[in-house]
Amino acid sequence: MPTLIQSLLITLISAVFWFSPATAQEQQTHENSNTAEAHSEEGFDAGEFVIEHVLDAYEWHIASFGDTHISVPLPIILYSNHPELHEGKKLHVFMSTKFHHGHDDYRGFRISQSEDFKGKIVEVDSQGYEIGRPLDISITKTVTGAIVSVIVLFWLLFSAASNAKKNRGRAPSGVQNLLEPVIVFIRDEVAKPSIGEKKYRKFMPPLLTLFFFILLNNLLGLIPIFPFGANVTGNIAVTMVLALFTFFVTNIRGNKHYWKEIFNPDVPMWLKIPIPLMPLLEITGMITKPFVLMVRLFANMLAGHMIVTVFLSLIFIFGSLMGPAAGYGVSPVSIIFGVFMILLDVLVSFIQAYVFTLLSAIYFGMATADSH
Amino acid sequence: MELVTPNLGTIFWMVIIISIVAFVLKKFAWKPILNALYEREESIETALNAAQEARQEMDKLKAGNEELLAEARKEKESILREAMNLKESVIAEAKEKASAETQRSIEHARQQIQNERAKAVNEMKKQMAQLSLMIAEKVIRKEMADDKNQQEMVKRIVDEIELN
Repeated sequence: MPTLIQSLLITLISAVFWFSPATAQEQQTHENSNTAEAHSEEGFDAGEFVIEHVLDAYEWHIASFGDTHISVPLPIILYSNHPELHEGKKLHVFMSTKFHHGHDDYRGFRISQSEDFKGKIVEVDSQGYEIGRPLDISITKTVTGAIVSVIVLFWLLFSAASNAKKNRGRAPSGVQNLLEPVIVFIRDEVAKPSIGEKKYRKFMPPLLTLFFFILLNNLLGLIPIFPFGANVTGNIAVTMVLALFTFFVTNIRGNKHYWKEIFNPDVPMWLKIPIPLMPLLEITGMITKPFVLMVRLFANMLAGHMIVTVFLSLIFIFGSLMGPAAGYGVSPVSIIFGVFMILLDVLVSFIQAYVFTLLSAIYFGMATADSH
Repeated sequence: MELVTPNLGTIFWMVIIISIVAFVLKKFAWKPILNALYEREESIETALNAAQEARQEMDKLKAGNEELLAEARKEKESILREAMNLKESVIAEAKEKASAETQRSIEHARQQIQNERAKAVNEMKKQMAQLSLMIAEKVIRKEMADDKNQQEMVKRIVDEIELN
C-alpha cells in the first residue's frame, strides 16, 4: 500500500517538477554511501548531507566539531505492542539524548541503519535483530519547527488582534498595519473572485489560516539558525495534513449542488448506469485536487532546501576531491549561488503560499457555487 | 523513499497543530482583525458618502448664494438708478421751484416798487397840491390885499366851503 503511493508520488514529482536531478543524486549517493560507509566515515558524502538536511530527525542537529555533535534533544514518544522487549511497558516517553546520536540502543529501541527503516526508530528483539516499527508519535524536528512557527504566528496575530481591538474605527497601527494589506489582498484577490461576493466571508478564517501558516513555515524554514530552519512545508506529512484541511473544509461546506454534480451530474444516463462512470471520475477529481496541493507545496519547498544545501556542499565536495584550497576557491561562488537561491526561495515561499490559498479558495468556491 | 512517505507521527501532530491553530486563530485573531477591517471600511464608506452629500449641499448653497448675490446686485443697480432718477427729478424740481420763487419775488418786488411808486406819486401829488396851494395862497394873498372884488369872491368861496 505505501509502495503504491510512493511510486506514484515519485513519478508525479519527477514528471511535473524539476526534481529528477535531485532524486537521481539521492539514489546515486545512496549507492555511494553503502560502499563508503564500509571503509571509513571520513570524506564528504554530499548526497547524505543534503538528504539528512531535508529529512525529519529525532533530534535537532545544530553543528558538529569533529566527533562532538551539538544538537537539541527532542522528546520521543513510542507505543509498542511488544512490552516484553521494552522493560514490560507499552508507552515510552524519553528524550532523544538516550540514543547518543543513534549510536546506542535504549529500552529495546534503536535508530535503524538498515535499508528498510533507515533513520527510523525500530524495535529490537533479544538477539539484536530489528523486528519492525513501534507506533511512533515522537515530537520530531519537523513537528518542533511547526510548533515554533505556530508560536511566532500566534505572537504576530495576537498582537495584530489586540491592535485591532484598540484601534476600533481608526487607522491600523503596528503589526496590524503589516498584516492588513496581506489580509485585504487575500480577501480581494483570492476569496472574493473565487468564492463570490456573498459567500466569501465565512471562508476568510480558513483561507487566512492556511496562507499565514504556510507562508510563515516557508519563510522560517529559510532562516538557517535554531530554532528556525526546519524543513516543515517540505515534509510530505505536513503538506498532506494541509491538503486534508482544504479537503475537509471543501466537503463539509459543500452544498447540495456540489454533491449532485458528483453523484448525479447532468450527463447521458449510460454514463451513470449501470457503471457509475461519471461519479467515479468526479470522486477521483475530489481526491486529486488536495493531492495536487500536497505535492506542489512539498516538492517546491523541498527542492528549494535541497538546492541551497547542494550549492553549499559543493564547497566540501571540491574540498575533499582537490584539497582545501579548491574548497576555499569554490566557496564564494557557492555562497553567491546559495544566497541567490535563498532569495529565490523567499519569492517561492510567497508564491506557494498564495497558490495553495488560491486553489483552496477555488475549491471552496466550487463547493458552494449555485446551480447554473 | 523516506522523503515521500508521510510519517504517521508527523501526521498525528500536524493534525493536532492545524486544528488548534485553525480554531484559535479563527476565534481570537481573525474575528477581531476582520471585524475591525469591516467596521473601518464601513465607516470610511459612510464618511465618504457624507462628504459627498456635504459637498453637494455646499454646491447647492453656493448656487443659492450666487443667485442671491446676483439678485442683490440687480436690486442695488435698480436702487441706484432710481436714486439717480430721483436726484435728477429733485434737482429739476428744485430748479423749477427756485425759478418760480425768483419769479414770484421779482413779481413781488415789482409790485412793491409799483406800490411805492404809486405812494410816492400820491405823496408828491399831495405835496404838490399843498405847495401849489401855498403858492396859490401867497399869490392870492398878495393879490387879495389890493383887490376888493377878489376879496369878496374869496369870502364867498370860503362861505361856500364852510357850508359844506
